Amino acid sequence: MTTYIARRFLLMIPIMLMVGIICFLLIHLIPGNPAELMLGAEADEAVIAALTKKMGYDQPLYIQFFKWLKMVLRFDFGVSIYSHQPVISLMAHRAEASIFIACGATILFSFFGIFVGIISAIKRNSWLDQVSMTVSLTLASAPSFWIGLNLMLVLATILNWLPASGYPGVIETGNISNLRYLILPILTIAIPSTGLIARLTRSFFIDILSMEYITTARAKGLKESVVLIKHALRNALIPVVAVIGSYFAEIVSLSVIIETVFNVPGIGRLVVESILQRDYPTLQALLMFIAGLYVVVNFLCDIIYAVLDPRIQYD
Amino acid sequence: MPLLEVRNLKIYFDTEDGVVRAVDGVTFTIDPERTLGVVGESGCGKSVTAKAILGLVKSPPGRIESGEILFHRDGSIIDLVKLNPKGEEMRRIRGNEIAMIFQEPMTSLNPVYTIGNQIMEAIILHQRLSKKEAKKKAIEVLASVGIPSPEQRVDEYPHQLSGGMRQRAMIAMALSCHPSLLIADEPTTALDVTIQAQVQDLMNDLRTEFKAAIMFITHDLGVIAHMADDVIIMYLGRIVESAPVGKLFDNPKHPYTIGLLNSIPSFTVSRKKRLVPIEGIVPDSVGAPRGCGFEPRCPQAKEICKSQIPELKAITTEHLAACWLYH
Amino acid sequence: MRKFLILARKRPITIIALVVLAVMLVLTILGPFATPFDPYNIEAKSRLQPPNTKHWFGTDNFGRDTLSRIMVGTRLTLGTSFCILILIASFGIAIGSISGYYRPAGAVLMRIVDAAMAFPSMLIALFLASIMGPGFKTVLVAVTVVYTPRLARLVHGITLTIATNTYVSAAKAVGVGEFRTLTRYVILNSLSPIIVQCSFQLAQIILILAILDFLGVGFTPDLPSWGNMIAISRIYLTRAPWLLIFPGVAISLAVISINIVGDTLRDALDPHAQEHLF
Repeated sequence: MTTYIARRFLLMIPIMLMVGIICFLLIHLIPGNPAELMLGAEADEAVIAALTKKMGYDQPLYIQFFKWLKMVLRFDFGVSIYSHQPVISLMAHRAEASIFIACGATILFSFFGIFVGIISAIKRNSWLDQVSMTVSLTLASAPSFWIGLNLMLVLATILNWLPASGYPGVIETGNISNLRYLILPILTIAIPSTGLIARLTRSFFIDILSMEYITTARAKGLKESVVLIKHALRNALIPVVAVIGSYFAEIVSLSVIIETVFNVPGIGRLVVESILQRDYPTLQALLMFIAGLYVVVNFLCDIIYAVLDPRIQYD
Repeated sequence: MPLLEVRNLKIYFDTEDGVVRAVDGVTFTIDPERTLGVVGESGCGKSVTAKAILGLVKSPPGRIESGEILFHRDGSIIDLVKLNPKGEEMRRIRGNEIAMIFQEPMTSLNPVYTIGNQIMEAIILHQRLSKKEAKKKAIEVLASVGIPSPEQRVDEYPHQLSGGMRQRAMIAMALSCHPSLLIADEPTTALDVTIQAQVQDLMNDLRTEFKAAIMFITHDLGVIAHMADDVIIMYLGRIVESAPVGKLFDNPKHPYTIGLLNSIPSFTVSRKKRLVPIEGIVPDSVGAPRGCGFEPRCPQAKEICKSQIPELKAITTEHLAACWLYH
Repeated sequence: MRKFLILARKRPITIIALVVLAVMLVLTILGPFATPFDPYNIEAKSRLQPPNTKHWFGTDNFGRDTLSRIMVGTRLTLGTSFCILILIASFGIAIGSISGYYRPAGAVLMRIVDAAMAFPSMLIALFLASIMGPGFKTVLVAVTVVYTPRLARLVHGITLTIATNTYVSAAKAVGVGEFRTLTRYVILNSLSPIIVQCSFQLAQIILILAILDFLGVGFTPDLPSWGNMIAISRIYLTRAPWLLIFPGVAISLAVISINIVGDTLRDALDPHAQEHLF
């Protein structure tokens, strides 16, 4: 088990390196001078030239890459073109909201989605199953930002139970009740995701229930609850964890929109801002961060698989 | 005193295309410490019959239309059909007094738990032993099925064992609580030929050692010759012939049985004689049957065979057949 | 195809979904000709009216009839989505089948695809759209680039399986030319799962179009695409909630219907497929 974890951990290094190379190359893949792209075509020639020199875009690519690599290893991602703040502090400031939202939403939709999925699978084709699956499909199909706006309309504006937008932060202000600003964003991400996970869990669980070892377990005289929880659930969770792991990318996409809708100062909104403002150094750093998160999430999922499925380690 | 009596069992399945009569009036008996071989092609109802004994038929779409399954234990008789399949009574019998093993040992064992864990489950449940004691017993029973180094194997996972060993582990799991009846649904079909013989020998030995009766289901008459004391041949949900194994091979009555025997390749028969297959294929069993189910493929069919179903009647005291040739 | 109709007839929900889609298809074709009011007509005196007998879905901040705008939006959103789907299908099938059929090309192409798929799709679309500015062309390019890799990878996988089938070797042995083998034998036989995936893909395209609109990098803001309509409604959220509700319902209906039909399609064509809802 430990060798497996160690192997997986070491694998992260070359992957991150490749990710770094791609992130670095991203600005240079677009035709044109990066400085010109950032400032816009109408900007003054002298300003463009100054930026080019400052960012080192006139130097050969490999030199640029090594300089960048050195900086990255020191966690220095340069300075934002737009706000002139060091990128790393910008990201640290924004990370809080996004991490809370992502974790909160993941816990919610994993729990509810799996629960609903299992119940629907056990009571297959009953009216409960049909209703929950139709509702799940509906929730998973509606555009997330629309759900968010509806929630905002009802819960915040009309009923005034929750604040409509913004997020003053918890770590800086020390005020835990500020978390309630994140309830709407979390719900907005969790609701469609629950629908999706419920449908997938149901499908996986039904597949597992038709396996022969389930019949064997019943033939031994085990209680049905034991058969379902001990024998079926663990096997069904394996593909579900795989799905949730790869769903992380989707969550990143969702938080980008949701943070915009609810005006939450998070990483997602920073991405939108830096794209629209053509703040490419910040964007590079953000992409590295997101891809890096993705690699770490995959690593964690690999460990969970190894715990759930003893076959994995022996591959 | 029989161990298990099945009387006129009918199991129907409600499907989109109609009612499938998977088992259509089956009567047979299993005696203690004897092996009953159940032979038939895919779809003849043999697996469904076996599953019905333990209440494992999926309902819906299946349902037991009528019949009795009388299980004799400690002086009392209990009709298994009347038991609630999810109830405590049935669960106490499963794995404990009647055990079942299946065809594919890889898919019949849960891949994420050790075989020790899976064997101990039944022991702990039915014999109320502690985990330590159960593990000791599990190792013992693994040894008795011929698995080498059982103390190591008990902590291994199914994928770490070969096919033959997995099937032995399944047999160990089934016999761990000393059931009086072991139902084996094609247990050796998925194994290599050499391993098949080993496992079959093992089962014969264990039958005497554990004093269990065996209901051995297969489509392979060759295996029956090796394993069974008594044989029933099933076709389209009905028993077409029933006899002790010797009499069946020496003097088969029903044309289907004769056809099956003729299609077994043999070392002793001259190479010039061709194998004679049974013409046609097994038809769908949807809808009510009219006449003998085997009639379309029967080389000796008569007019009456088309319109009336022959009953299973005794030709000699031990040899029964359902065929108009003998009425 | 037949099997689909048989299955569909048994499921009332699928029939409803098909009807909904048929209506939307008709609207897409008819465009502005079917609308009760002129969707672009600015009429200040009718501003922000809630749903009433004259304007069933109410009016917006310029006095334009919401129902008409939604109907026209059908052509914009659905029509564009369909075009994008065709582009994705063409490129995806081409790249995927070539990758599967010619191993060395496949090795290279699939590495690129893997790298592309490592990034969240929305971000790539956003990035491309921001460079090119809002507009129909931008939307086409951005969304196509984002989703082609996924289809290419699916096609690659299927092609690999099919290309190693004996009937392909048999065709080659008889002397069927390379291109013909590729098209008639390999591609034609992989169509079922591709069709299923495309149906779910269409739903995703509609959603991502709406998102791009909402963020301002999709269609130009004057066009009544459903996403744009939701974006505008944000300002008048409390005063005119109907501006939010109806376009959202339109999108949701379209996506749900496509997903339902896709489910049935999958049961009919490729029962072993795994749902690819994202």
